[in-house]
Formats: sequence, structure tokens, C-alpha cells
Amino acid sequence: MENVLEIKGLSKNLGSFRLDKVSFSLPRGYIMGFIGPNGAGKTTTIKLLMNLMHRDGGDIRVFGLDNRHYEKEIKQHIAFVYDESHYYENLSLLDNRRIVARFYRDWDEKAFQQHLRDFDLPPHKKLKNLSRGMRTKFGLAIALSHAAEFLLMDEPTSGLDPVFRSELMDILQQLLVEENKSVLFSTHITTDLERVADYICFINQGRIVLCQSKDEMLQGHVLVKGALEQLSPEAEKMFIGLRKNHYGFEGLSADPRGIRQFFGDGVLLESPGLDEIMVFYVRGHHHV
Amino acid sequence: MNIVISNRSEEPIYHQIYQQLRGAIVREELKAGEPLPSIRGLARDLQVSVITTRRAYDELERDGYIETVAGKGSFVAPQNAELLREKRVNLVEEKLLAIIQEARSLGLSLPELQRIVELLYEEGL
Repeated sequence: MENVLEIKGLSKNLGSFRLDKVSFSLPRGYIMGFIGPNGAGKTTTIKLLMNLMHRDGGDIRVFGLDNRHYEKEIKQHIAFVYDESHYYENLSLLDNRRIVARFYRDWDEKAFQQHLRDFDLPPHKKLKNLSRGMRTKFGLAIALSHAAEFLLMDEPTSGLDPVFRSELMDILQQLLVEENKSVLFSTHITTDLERVADYICFINQGRIVLCQSKDEMLQGHVLVKGALEQLSPEAEKMFIGLRKNHYGFEGLSADPRGIRQFFGDGVLLESPGLDEIMVFYVRGHHHV
Repeated sequence: MNIVISNRSEEPIYHQIYQQLRGAIVREELKAGEPLPSIRGLARDLQVSVITTRRAYDELERDGYIETVAGKGSFVAPQNAELLREKRVNLVEEKLLAIIQEARSLGLSLPELQRIVELLYEEGL
């Protein structure tokens, strides 16, 4: 399978924060969710990927090409949507488009007009008068109008309502119907990804914790709830994260079979969501 | 053909898709040679990941329900009549198994369960 993105041993020291030998890859034609708590290293990784920052070590290949030597070529085919808007506030959407379109060899005006209609964007309104969700959609309309094959989004849904977020997921899935398109999507709102993501890459404190298909990740973990008496030091070792209170415990394990053998029917077993997996990995064992 | 996915079910989503497509094929709602929706189109329509639908299709192909032609898509495989009946019987067995487990958890004995089945079977006529 051909990879649209390959990151190997990426490191960056930012004083109090360090990106530590981050490696992962994304096969062409799939959506990957890049998750982790705030400050985990998502934005730093994406900035390095876009070559907006100097790295201390490691290798990044986009479409198989080194992202520094082939920056210009690569960026013609990447669509980058960030959290903050980087367009002109006092210009209308059409005027903003006129400025941006010149930078792309393969600007597709027809596609752009179609996206404006599909996303219900008012072409003559000034950017500063748009809601947050509409700005993201405008960024997306631009991003999707220059024959990009790789859509890179940094926190596109933060601060947006569930209705808009669901609309965005539909747009992404429509995009994925074409086999050569790929998406990397960073977020701390994991519910967005629960349905549509093919792969999940989970980063914490500058290190990749897990990177695998979403189905493997969800099926490879189990949420266990039971009484405190059922726990022993040996049993506790089976948990990645454990939350104890006066009335019982709740824990996440990456060994569903071992848990079933050990506890039998004596505990409640549930399938965890991505948010629970993230929380237990980050918080570890703790008492309330 | 309808496909209904539950995100809250214990059943993995790929398996829900597998079972419902298999049901449609065995009941001959989808006939031999008929094209299936594309993996990516179905993923979009059901709002699930491409990997999930791909896995359902892979298993349908492995079990002989569909055939995939590179570049053209997937089609319902020709089913031989005897085999089809066997598969339909298998479906009944699968459902019975679920009922038996439920009955066991309620402490129903086999004769008790058999009586219920007999009664219902007669009534159903």
C-alpha cells in the first residue's frame, strides 16, 4: 500500500516541550485521526510537516518526497485547513479567492463555485462577518478547489457545534469516495472520528502512544467496572489506567482476553470509546 | 435493500454489515450477478470508515457470497440452490443459538423451551 505520508523519528525541542522521535504513516485513500490532549504535540507535528518550523531530527515524506526539498511541489497538492483563519478579514469571499487562487497551478474555479453553493457560503460577504463554522467551510472550499490529494486539518472542529461537525464529516466522506484522496485530521474531540476515521494516531507528551486502525484500537481495549475487593496488586498490573473511588473501580485494559480469564463474569465489561481510551492512557492509575 | 447500523451494539460494525448483506443475498433480495455498492460509496452512506466496509466485503468474498473484479467492483456470486438452502438453515441455527443462550440465562430447561417452540410453530400456521 502506497503511503501519502511517512514520518520517521521526528524530533523537536521546544524547551519545556519535546517532540520525541515521532513516527507514523498514512496510506493513500484513508482518513487518519490525530488525537491527543492539548499540548501533546499535534500542532507541532503538523507545523513540521508543513515545513513552518525547523526540526532537530527525523524525516518527513509526503507523496514519497522529502518535505523540505520538494516543498513547493508538495504544497500544490496539499490542502491545509487550520484552526485560525489566514485570509483577509475586510475582503469578500470572492476577493479572498482572487488572491489565493493565483498561487495554485491547478486552480479549479468551477469546483470552487460548486463548493460555495454546496456549503451555503455567501460570496459577497466580508470574511469578518462570517461565523466560525462558515470560515472553516470557506477554508475548506479553497482547499478543495486546487486538485489537492492530501487534506491536512489542524483542529478544524474546535469550538464548532455538533451539527456543523457532522456536516464536515459528511464532506470528508464524500471526498474519500475518490480513491486517491487522503485526510489527516487533528482533534481533541474524538467523537468526530469515532465513525469515519480509518486510522487513529494517538500522541501524548510528544510521543506516539498508539497508531493503528480505529477498529483494532476499539476492539483491542476493554473497559472494566467492578468492586474494589476484586482488585489485587497483580490484577492492577493488567490495567493501562485505573480509576478508584469509594464505591468501586473503573479501568481500561489492552488485554480483553486476559481480563475475561481473570475476572470471569464478576465484573462489568464495556467497549470503550476513543475518548475513554485517551483519558485512561493519559491519566494512568489514580484515586478519586 | 436496507442496512441498519447500531453504533451502540456490542457487535462490531463490520460484522453488522456482513450479516445484513449476507441476509439479503441468502434471501435473494440481491440476486447472483447483481452489483454491490462500492466500498467507498457504502462507507459514506453508512457513515462508517472505509476499512470497516472493506473488512465486511473481504469476509463476504472469503465465504463465497460475493466476487470482486478488479476495477469493476463487487458482485453477488452465483449461489447453488442446495448450498443456498444450507446457508439459510445456517441462519436459522444462528438465531436459535441466540435464543438458547437467552433461555439458559433465564434457567429454562430444554423440554420447556421445546414446548414453547412447538406451541409457537403450530400457531404460526
